[in-house]
This record gives sequence, C-alpha cells and structure tokens, in this order.
Amino acid sequence: MSVITASAEVELRGVHKSFGHTAVLSGIDLTIKPQEVVCVIGPSGSGKSTMLRCINHLEQIDAGEIRIDGELIGYRAVGDRLQGLSESDIAAQRVAIGMVFQRFNLFAHKTALGNVMEAPVQVLGRDRAQVRAEAIELLERVGLSGRIDHYPHQLSGGQQQRVAIARALAMKPRVMLFDEPTSALDPELVGEVLEVMKELAASGMTMIVVTHEIAFAKEVADIVVFMDGGVIVEQGPPEAVLVHPQHERTRAFLRRVL
Amino acid sequence: MTSPTRTTPIRTADGVLRRVVPARHPWRTVFSIVIVLFALLAVGVLITNPNFEWSVVAKYVLAPQIVSGVGLAIMLTVVAMVLGTALGTVVAIMRISANPVIAAAAWVYVWFFRGTPLLVQLVFWYNLAILFPKFSLGSLTLDANELITPIVASILGLTLNQGAYMAEIVRAGIVSVDPGQVEAAKALGMRGSKVMRRIVLPQALRVIIPPAGNETITMLKSTSLVSVVAVADLMYQVNVISAQTFQTIPILIVATLWYLAITSVMSVGQAWLERHFSARPTARNSGLRRMVRGTATPRDAEAPAAATAAVEIVTEEAREGGDGR
Repeated sequence: MSVITASAEVELRGVHKSFGHTAVLSGIDLTIKPQEVVCVIGPSGSGKSTMLRCINHLEQIDAGEIRIDGELIGYRAVGDRLQGLSESDIAAQRVAIGMVFQRFNLFAHKTALGNVMEAPVQVLGRDRAQVRAEAIELLERVGLSGRIDHYPHQLSGGQQQRVAIARALAMKPRVMLFDEPTSALDPELVGEVLEVMKELAASGMTMIVVTHEIAFAKEVADIVVFMDGGVIVEQGPPEAVLVHPQHERTRAFLRRVL
Repeated sequence: MTSPTRTTPIRTADGVLRRVVPARHPWRTVFSIVIVLFALLAVGVLITNPNFEWSVVAKYVLAPQIVSGVGLAIMLTVVAMVLGTALGTVVAIMRISANPVIAAAAWVYVWFFRGTPLLVQLVFWYNLAILFPKFSLGSLTLDANELITPIVASILGLTLNQGAYMAEIVRAGIVSVDPGQVEAAKALGMRGSKVMRRIVLPQALRVIIPPAGNETITMLKSTSLVSVVAVADLMYQVNVISAQTFQTIPILIVATLWYLAITSVMSVGQAWLERHFSARPTARNSGLRRMVRGTATPRDAEAPAAATAAVEIVTEEAREGGDGR
C-alpha cells in the first residue's frame, strides 16, 4: 500500500516490566530494522502482548528503554534521570505507532468511515474532505468499499479487524503493532485479515505481530521471536526458529501448536 | 381469532392430526374482572362526589397564577437539570481520577449532597445571608440578601443536589464503556480529554439516559419544594389560592393534573431519546427519522418477512398432510 511514507527502526534494550510482584518481562533485547516484519510467538502469559503494549506506552516499563528511530518512548533523559513525558507528549509519540487489537476495539458509535476519519481529523486537525477521500481509499484497499457506512455491529469480525487496520493506517504510522489480530476471529475469517497484513508487509511497513498463526509467521516474517516466561528464548529467520529450533522450550511449544 | 398459528393442526406421533389450542388462564380472567370493577367504582366516585368540585378545577386549571407557576416549575427543572448534569459530569470524571485528593473531593461532595434532604439544603441556601452577610470580590462588595434571591437559592439548591445524583449516574455510564475503546483511542494519539469527549461520553449516554430521564421527572416534582423559600412555583400558587378560597381539594387536583401532564410529555421524550441512543446506532433510523421519512432499514424489514415465511411453510405442510389423509 502506498500509504507508507516512512518506516521506522524499533529498539528494545533491557526492558523489564512487572505487575505487582509478578515479573512479566525480564530483560527484553530486540532490534527491528526498518521495513522488517517480526512475528512474536509463545505460550500465553509469556509476555508477548505486554511487550507490544510497552512499545506504544500503553504499559509503562520498569527498567530499560524503548526507542523508535532513536527517540525514547514515554520518557526524556534529563541528566541522570528518565523524566516521564506529559500525556500530550506521549499522545504525540503514539501518532507514529499504529496498533491493531485482538478484540478490534472499533468505536461502536461510529461507522467504518467515521472510525477511520476520527483520529486524522481530531488528532492531526486535518481537513475533513481530504481525510474522507483518503479514508474511503483505505477502506477500499482493505476490501470494504461497500461497507463504509456500516456500524461495527453490522460487520463480521474479519471486516471489523480490516476497518481497524485501515483506522491505524490513516494516521500514516511508521510502525504497526498487531496484538493477536486473528485470535478473536472465526476460523473462516482469519484468511481475509492475514491477506491484508501480507500486503502491508510487502509494501515495506515495519510490523511487529504477536500471533498464533505459525504458517503466517513462516511465510511473512523476516524474524521470528519465541518468548517464554518474560524472556526471548530465541530469535532468528523463520526457517531457523520454526523449522530448526535450538531450544527445547521452542520445540515443545511448536509441538503443541502445530 | 383465525390467526394461522392457533388453528394449524399438528400431526402427533400416533398419526392423529390435532388442533393447537392455547393454554387457558382462568385466574387472569377473574382478576381482570375485579380490576375493571374497581376502576368503574373509582370513576363513579370521581363523578358523583360533589366535594371534588370539578367546576372549580375547570375554573383554575388555566388561571394566570397557575400557568405562571407551571412555567416557573418547568424553568427551574430545565435550568437545574442542565447545570446539575454539567456539574455531575465534572464530578464523575473527578471521581475516577488517578489523583486520590481529586477523587476524594468528588466523593465528599456526593456524600454530603446526596446524604442531606433537599428541603434542608434549599432552606440553608435561602438563609445563607445569616452565615455570610457580605460577599467581597476585590473592590466589589455585594450584600448576600441581594445576591442570593429566593430564585438563586432555589437554583443553587436544586443544582448542587442534582449534581450529586448525576455524578453517580454519569460515572456508571463512563465505567460501562469497554476499556478497549479508550486504549484504541489512546493508541491513535488522542489525549485524555478528547478520548472522554469524543469516544467515552457518547457511548456512555446509552447507560446515562434512562436514569437521567427519571431524574428529570423527579426534579420537576422536587421543584414543588421551592415554595417553602417563597418562590412562586406551581405549588406556591396552589397554596396561595387554597388559602384564599378554602377550595383545597380542587386546587390540588389542578396541580396534580399539571404535574401529570408535564411528566407524561417527559416520558415520551425519554422513550424517544432511549431509542435514539440505543446500543445499536442504526436505531437512529428507527426513531424520529423513520417516523418522518417513512423509511425502514433493511434489517427491520427482514425479520418480519422471515417470520411470515416460516408460518406459511408450516401451513403448506399442514395442508399437504391433510390432503394425504
């Protein structure tokens, strides 16, 4: 898709995160180069979704740092401290980071078109007519030109998720985060969403995809990351991680899901 | 009585074609008769008892004092509801604040104004001048008795009381919205205030409107309390007239009729608003718009059509069964 204007590099270094006394991320190091597609797999509770949510600061990290194109996310280095950014500064950083949720989270009171137009108009303050034209084009690209005036409850799960992707793309993000985008879908609707994601990957978007779709990871990912117990157990090209895994934990997981 | 579902015969397992007859409810019939008898009795009393003095009711129902009292009651209701809802929304947002001091302040406000009688609050605001005889704002000094007129005291009392109730209602509406909506909005770069205004509150309305409608009706009736602080509302005028004429019952009937008439109109408005802001946003097409344009959405049309088709199939089969015998 030609909507991509720039593609970002994402860096996580020594990222730790706990909920209360439960450590969820215990030192994550990961570098994603521009235009790379990274698929994150692993058992539930392994911290993959939390890692994704830390990247756009929906969760605050306890230690380490996350950078997008070198810019620290959520904090500003002031002398020897990391100063938490104000709400509006964090909001401004999130503009560059698109996110697609497991449960779609389309705005229930707005049509498909309204969902896609909301942020460019309200956050970027862009001209309505121009945003509308782009939104219609985006919805067309995800195969929903006939559904632009439908409300979320009138759309299937697969259609809702495609609207959600269009909604994220409307902000012209430099990186896209997908949090188990097909896990809430009926099996026959998974394909249409993966198809849109494949096109997006082919167009050069930097993508981080938390997924259970091993076949998708094998086909589309540049790097597959296997997480377990809050750490990255192994990472590498799909062939290496999915076909010739080095660690027993990876092998055990793949035996269960394949 | 010849609806197809009732008269359609069904072939039971023993091969006999049997007519379907609905279950009988003899006690419902008995109870209905008793209710109708009581209703007739009540109407009879209303007509035959001369002490109701319907001619006096007719004389006063559109009397200028009464109409101005009605106008004042409606004005107080509208002003206090608008201000109370605005105040309640602010307090509701304060109550869910991450800052404990702000949240506690909102809690204390609700605790106090919900926990004391409205009548006491109204009398308190009316007598504020005893507590603070003068208000000073820079070089400007105002006499409390001039500033807090009976009307101002009434609006203050009703608004502050209503704000406490609306705060709880709005808060319930806000927490009813799926947290995923907030996350999605934040992920798109929206700031908190915009998320609240554009995403959360519009969806909270569905939960807010039914109790807010009830509150409006309660508010109309609560305005009758302002008569104790010498505001010439409907109840005040009723008291004045009955003190002069000693026709207490017919004048009270006049007030009753007016309150009932206004609350009836409000109920209709509430029902329409509820449909307009229902969980399914297309319901907007089934409310006023459909009444105006006479158009139905395809979804509305599908269901009855399918139901009719099903009934037709049943009757077809029954007929075939009947022929085969």
